[in-house]
Amino acid sequence: MNKVVSNVTDALIGIEDGMTIMLGGFGLCGIPENSIGELVRKGTKRLTCISNNAGVDGFGLGLLLETKQIKKMISSYVGENDEFERQMLSGELEVDLIPQGSLAERCRAGGAGIPAFYTPAGFGTEIAEGKEVRIYNGKPHILEEALTADFAIVKAWKGDTAGNLVYKAAARNFNPLMAMAGKITIAEVEELLPAGALDPNEIHTPGIFVQRIFQGKEFEKRIEQRTVRKRD
Amino acid sequence: MALDKIGIAKRIAQELQNGWYVNLGIGIPTLVANYIPKDIEVEFQSENGVLGMGPFPFDGEEDADLINAGKQTITTLPGAAFFDSAESFAMIRGQHVQLTVLGAMEVSQNGDIANWKIPGKMVKGMGGAMDLVASADNIIVAMMHSNKAGESKLLKNCTLPLTGVGCVKKIVTELAVLAIIDGAFHLIERAPGVSVEEIIAKTEGRLVVPEFVPEMQL
Repeated sequence: MNKVVSNVTDALIGIEDGMTIMLGGFGLCGIPENSIGELVRKGTKRLTCISNNAGVDGFGLGLLLETKQIKKMISSYVGENDEFERQMLSGELEVDLIPQGSLAERCRAGGAGIPAFYTPAGFGTEIAEGKEVRIYNGKPHILEEALTADFAIVKAWKGDTAGNLVYKAAARNFNPLMAMAGKITIAEVEELLPAGALDPNEIHTPGIFVQRIFQGKEFEKRIEQRTVRKRD
Repeated sequence: MALDKIGIAKRIAQELQNGWYVNLGIGIPTLVANYIPKDIEVEFQSENGVLGMGPFPFDGEEDADLINAGKQTITTLPGAAFFDSAESFAMIRGQHVQLTVLGAMEVSQNGDIANWKIPGKMVKGMGGAMDLVASADNIIVAMMHSNKAGESKLLKNCTLPLTGVGCVKKIVTELAVLAIIDGAFHLIERAPGVSVEEIIAKTEGRLVVPEFVPEMQL
């Protein structure tokens, strides 16, 4: 099955004001740069964005915050972003902070047809307020519900025309989980290959989870914390 | 004399055991990786999806796709593996990681920890900390004994929003090594030249002091 769309504009057709979208990435690593740029250009408003982080000032989801296109963020860590902090403290932006492991599992569950699950993470803290508690193996657990989205937008290293995806190094992070949880999943890839070019043994996201795939352009791949050591 | 951050990291490194998988938090915990005893083998897990983390890359060899949970560029060692975030927290929740080392703003005498939020001032999010502290069997907190205002961080009860309840087992500060047992801090070791009286004065929570408190061997 051919999932290829010719460009980012066609890939994002159907994303409308007020929708919920998932965006893969951890920090600035493995984020769908082309699609974020196109969302800014489209000017889609009142978005609920599910993403582990909210980018930084001037890059990643920080771009959509500057243009005030995000109504609500669902994330685990939102530091390093002054505009985010300003909008959150002034009440312009709704924020739902979720433990990182629960966020990952909620996306996975959403894509896997599991409506909710129990986890020990967050028991006894403010994030457990209003959530059902059950004891398993002598330990309290809280009920967390699955997350899904109108669109999931992921970034992969290589993809084929059938939508199969391979991620590179730590750029995998939330991408495979969100790919499963989107009603429509869009993949932007660094290298788009014909079906058959990828070894089926090595595919991370099978094409069944991907509805649209396109070749991304000019990935900047900004580094958030450049740390190096000296050569001896 | 009180330890510096490197001293705290060196002391925590002595807790590592051969064959352990270890998750290190941001800040002082990250430094622990530099002081692994020569005769043991441990592997570091980073919750963004890396097992077998190595040192920072050489200048010019940074890869934007290869970072740790602190978003720093890293390298991998032979035997490393990459995985997604759900699998990463399966390792953590499923107790496949033997030790978690993390920082804290406050710890209470029953092992509660607060390290993610100061209402009205700082809201960065909990990241993976809540998952880590809720599941790890073995948690060491690396922190300073007092905050910048000079107030004790070892309390009867935490005042800040909690990250987890009853989960911290051991604390290493610039002054002391303390264990949390049955609702009290137990003084295990003191930093070289630091008096028991100073530790008592700077610990707000219930502190149990044995007759003899050895100095740390660094």
